[in-house]
Amino acid sequence: MNRDLRFTALKKTPFHSRTSLASRTNKYYNWNGFTVPTEYSTTELEYTAARNGTSVMDLTPMCKYMINGSDANKFVDYLVTRDLSQMEDNTVAYIIWCNEDGKVMDDGTIFKFSNTKFMLCCAVKIYNWLHDSAEGFDVSFEDATDTTAALAIQGPTSCSTLKNYGADDLELLKPFGMKQYNINGYDVLISRTGFTGDLGYELWTDPANAENMWDSIMEAGKELKIRPFGMHALEMTRIEAGFIQTNTDFMAAEDSLRPVRMRSPYEIGMGWLVHLNKESYFVGKRALKKEKETGNSERCLVGLDIDGDKPAVGSVIYNEKKEDIGIVTAAMWSPTMKRNVALASLKRPYGIKIKENIFAEIYHPEELEYKKIWAKCKVVKRQFFSPERRNKVPADLYE
Amino acid sequence: MAKNTHDVIVIGAGHNGLTAASYMAKAGLDVVVLEKNEWIGGAAVSRELYPGWKYSNCSYVCSLLRPEIMRDLELYKYGLQIIPYEGSATMMRNGDYYAHYHDHDMTINSIRRHSHKDAEAYERYSRDVLRQCKIIKPLLKMTPPDLTSFKPKDLFGALEFAKHFAAKDELGGLGEKEIYDTIRFYTMSIRDYLDEYFESDITKAHLAGSAIIGTALGPCSPGSAYVLLHHYMGEVDGSVGAWGYSRGGMGSITKAMTGCLNAHGGKVKPDNEVVNVITKNGRAIGVATKKGDEYYAKKIVSNLDVKRTFLKITEESSLPGEFVERVKNFKIRGSSGKLNIALDGLPEFPCIPEGDPGGGGDMHFTETIEEMEGAYDDWKRGEWSRNPYVDMCIPSKSDPTMAAPGKHYMSVFIQYVPFNLANGGWNEERKQEFGRHIVDCIAEFSPNFKDLINHYEVRTPLELDNEVGLTEGNIFQGELTMDQLMFNRPVPGYAQYRTPLKNMYMCSSSTHPGGGVMGAPGANAAREVLIDMNIPQTGNYY
Repeated sequence: MNRDLRFTALKKTPFHSRTSLASRTNKYYNWNGFTVPTEYSTTELEYTAARNGTSVMDLTPMCKYMINGSDANKFVDYLVTRDLSQMEDNTVAYIIWCNEDGKVMDDGTIFKFSNTKFMLCCAVKIYNWLHDSAEGFDVSFEDATDTTAALAIQGPTSCSTLKNYGADDLELLKPFGMKQYNINGYDVLISRTGFTGDLGYELWTDPANAENMWDSIMEAGKELKIRPFGMHALEMTRIEAGFIQTNTDFMAAEDSLRPVRMRSPYEIGMGWLVHLNKESYFVGKRALKKEKETGNSERCLVGLDIDGDKPAVGSVIYNEKKEDIGIVTAAMWSPTMKRNVALASLKRPYGIKIKENIFAEIYHPEELEYKKIWAKCKVVKRQFFSPERRNKVPADLYE
Repeated sequence: MAKNTHDVIVIGAGHNGLTAASYMAKAGLDVVVLEKNEWIGGAAVSRELYPGWKYSNCSYVCSLLRPEIMRDLELYKYGLQIIPYEGSATMMRNGDYYAHYHDHDMTINSIRRHSHKDAEAYERYSRDVLRQCKIIKPLLKMTPPDLTSFKPKDLFGALEFAKHFAAKDELGGLGEKEIYDTIRFYTMSIRDYLDEYFESDITKAHLAGSAIIGTALGPCSPGSAYVLLHHYMGEVDGSVGAWGYSRGGMGSITKAMTGCLNAHGGKVKPDNEVVNVITKNGRAIGVATKKGDEYYAKKIVSNLDVKRTFLKITEESSLPGEFVERVKNFKIRGSSGKLNIALDGLPEFPCIPEGDPGGGGDMHFTETIEEMEGAYDDWKRGEWSRNPYVDMCIPSKSDPTMAAPGKHYMSVFIQYVPFNLANGGWNEERKQEFGRHIVDCIAEFSPNFKDLINHYEVRTPLELDNEVGLTEGNIFQGELTMDQLMFNRPVPGYAQYRTPLKNMYMCSSSTHPGGGVMGAPGANAAREVLIDMNIPQTGNYY
């Protein structure tokens, strides 16, 4: 029976024939309108691949937009808070962008091919916002989400795996660099970027090349502890790396039903990406300048090191007087560090000036009973885990 | 001549009258509901006008009925079951279609076929509309405060009202911008509102439908954006704005309410038309029926619209002149008609692919807002729309109780149809001409439609006025415009369900929060009656 795909809720990615074959659990979820695996076998094993060998993740559902035109450079600099005027060709930058009220809409990465050609990758759809913001600029946009297949290849042996696949001299690529290859007859763009806080790469190619690319990389990594890697494992690695996730650690300004939930970059630890001294105007500059000058940011997003071994998922954070001062947005027991860590959104001055005497109330389920744990927390750097190999050039090879 | 005495008399067994009656009976009062028709339900009825087919021949879909009321009155016990829609679609003359689905991602994929930008704008639009719904929701349950009064109740009430707009976080959590948006939403035309989000005609036309259904406004008329909000503030199990069918037709709602009323000792007396409210020294003390019976009670609650209540069954001399003047000026203009059709099978609509859930709910064929405005222009001239906006659905696709297996009931709501038809008004011949016109319009999109018709009933505003008792056939019992909403509904100074006559109350859709099968006016009115009688109230509604 043929089905009319015009009314199918979730699309399949170009890797679906391979990811579904690799899945032993049949667990999927909806990522930006695509069906992708949550877990292939066991999350713990998949997580370990990212810290031990090579992990492979289907990134296709990520929003991808091509920005072209003679004003592309100017436009991108106007869109984001970071000063990109000195950005070199064939590099990638981590960015955030705000609305006019200086509230964060999303974070993402921008790929610069030249002054007239960029690619933007992010979590929340912004095709509409790009058009709305582009008035007066000679730029055009193309939503490349469906027309670009993407894989994340992350972990200590990832460079060797990709060299076996055909990416010559990849070890020389610097972090946030990118390079165009032609492998097995297809163009493949490789960037040294990722969401695991480890050595790792992301590959971008034509959907027609997807199955060949998956198969070849799996073959190339066969002796290098390669393993497909689902959303749950990614969540673990990204918390360890201290990376924030839109609509998990903060609400995207455009998605917040309650305006009081919107956050400025200063309130989610992204102040370092706001360059108020950037010469030209950028969206939200006026509001952010005012916030910086008056210092009236209300919240902050911090890392917490928590006593005990019970993850503080969804915990409310209190001061010593048992007053509610914030909430945990993401939490885990880190198998690598053997630490109980969390990201938390706190009401200032907690987390900024007051870093001691903070407690998490943890409800730990124990066979239909909840054990209530009052755990002491320390405010620490959000980047919990950052191994040396992450930024090493040349990258580690296993030969 | 029989003489009957009760605690409360409710005039009119529509859903609001029955809601009010049930709440009062639950509180221990002896309640009787007098209904002019031989059947119960007002505009929420299921009627077998052709053997084997049940018609929801007035209201036809359910979303606005407050869940607190369903819970308090335990309507499930008396058979109420709501079946959510699977989707909705607008058919296009080029053979394509536009669809919305129960599933958000499917809707986004579907809009994207027409405009990539609109698909994303839809997320922003849904969020903004949802925000407005969140503010309105708590207001539905409130008795509007009198802004000119210094009574503590009104001062606190006004504060409470204001709090929902200005409050940070949990109550509504709006910032300044959102308060501006609220005011804009209440006053803008739907065309201007949608233009701020969308680019494609078909997206706008599909969404604008909710802004004109039942109203005598066009999509370019200021205030039409609010009508859309009014249609959106319903919910089916927390899914805001969702619509569904009532299993067994809309009559199941009033049937269940009657069940609740009976279980608490209340009674409905059909075929007992109230023709006069009996007053004594500025108090309402009873009513007289057409049959010549008199009923007396401590409290009289009228579920008739405000014009019928005060211009038809109450002596004008017992009311203040200014009040009567205001009631006369209350806008209540009929603009809708309906066809109820018994079909021998499922009509084909080739625009919508077979099996597409988009065809499971409401279907339309208006492709642009301009077409809609054109339909309104005809109405202004006193004619039915040559190219009407229709809201048609086939409840029997989801509900097995409406017709025998394989047979179908189709409900076609038509906008716009005048109450005062130009060139001599309505008569049987012109009513049938109107019906044939609508059948022809639908047949353009369905080749086998005409062949399947066994019987159809044509409803004009005149009929809705005569039979159901909706003045001029206005389905909301009064236009939903800012000048007639909240503390202005129905008449400034009388928005708290009380009337100039002591012991007489209003509970119809002419009162806050207005029309739709919502039940909120009925529940609010019952609360005010109980307050005046010093009877404690319980339940989720209070």
